[in-house]
Amino acid sequence: MSIWEYANPKKFMTTTTPMVPWVMGLAGLLMAGGLAWGFFATPDDYRQGSTVKIIYLHVPAALMAINAWFMMLVTSLIWLVRRHHVSALAARAAAPVGIVMTLIALITGAIWGQPMWGTWWAWDPRLTSFLILFLFYLGYIALWEAIEDPDTAADLTSVLCIVGSVFAVLSRYAVNFWNQGLHQGTSVPVATGERTVADVFFYPLLVCMVGFGLLFLGLVLIRTQTEIRARRMRALEARMRR
Amino acid sequence: MMPDLGDFAVEVLAAYGVSIVLLVWLTVVSIRRARKLRRQLAEVEARKERADV
Repeated sequence: MSIWEYANPKKFMTTTTPMVPWVMGLAGLLMAGGLAWGFFATPDDYRQGSTVKIIYLHVPAALMAINAWFMMLVTSLIWLVRRHHVSALAARAAAPVGIVMTLIALITGAIWGQPMWGTWWAWDPRLTSFLILFLFYLGYIALWEAIEDPDTAADLTSVLCIVGSVFAVLSRYAVNFWNQGLHQGTSVPVATGERTVADVFFYPLLVCMVGFGLLFLGLVLIRTQTEIRARRMRALEARMRR
Repeated sequence: MMPDLGDFAVEVLAAYGVSIVLLVWLTVVSIRRARKLRRQLAEVEARKERADV
């Protein structure tokens, strides 16, 4: 059995349809559990006070904002190389989810930054690259909407996605590239495992990260199915007009 | 039950409020559009079947 079998829209639909309620249900449970755990049952930080509770929204949203773009990059490359429509539609489906995650990361970051840094916004490398990533998401969605021919739209948005990947990488590693700015380095470095967050904050954060990841997966599956249906509908209507 | 959020209650509650509203909105919009498209596709398929017969 090959992964490319799922490039067949029918196979994709029959495989993912029974998965969606489970993924969405588990996402809801983990997010509600993780956020309630973090909000109600964790102590204040000795320096940040209760604002530390914003970490359970800010970090998972930022993580998913970047990962969504990488998922779009992979599916866009698959489209460019193998011309599988499902992969182009999956990239299109992921963009609105990614932009909402980016927006949540920007808003919660500003709200957290105001009491901690004394400012809502600073032209710091990580914040700026995240804002540019947000603008790339806007441009990507607008480009899909602006071009009538879906294959041309998929080609052009794929190229835009590759260009925007520079800013997705910068959003994650900007702090390492430029040793300046207000934003600290990553709190949970996956590569080294040397996290700077105490266990009492880390475990609910981990539950929230898994919950956000599953929500992203569930929403992308739902939205990809919708895009596949929309494409089939357009094809049927065109055939009937002939 | 409600934890004491001290001086930062407005900031913490605002962050949770905005994020939850955005996530619920995104989920509801995605599910609604999925249902609408499923219904519309069924209608078009039925129309095509009738036209073929």
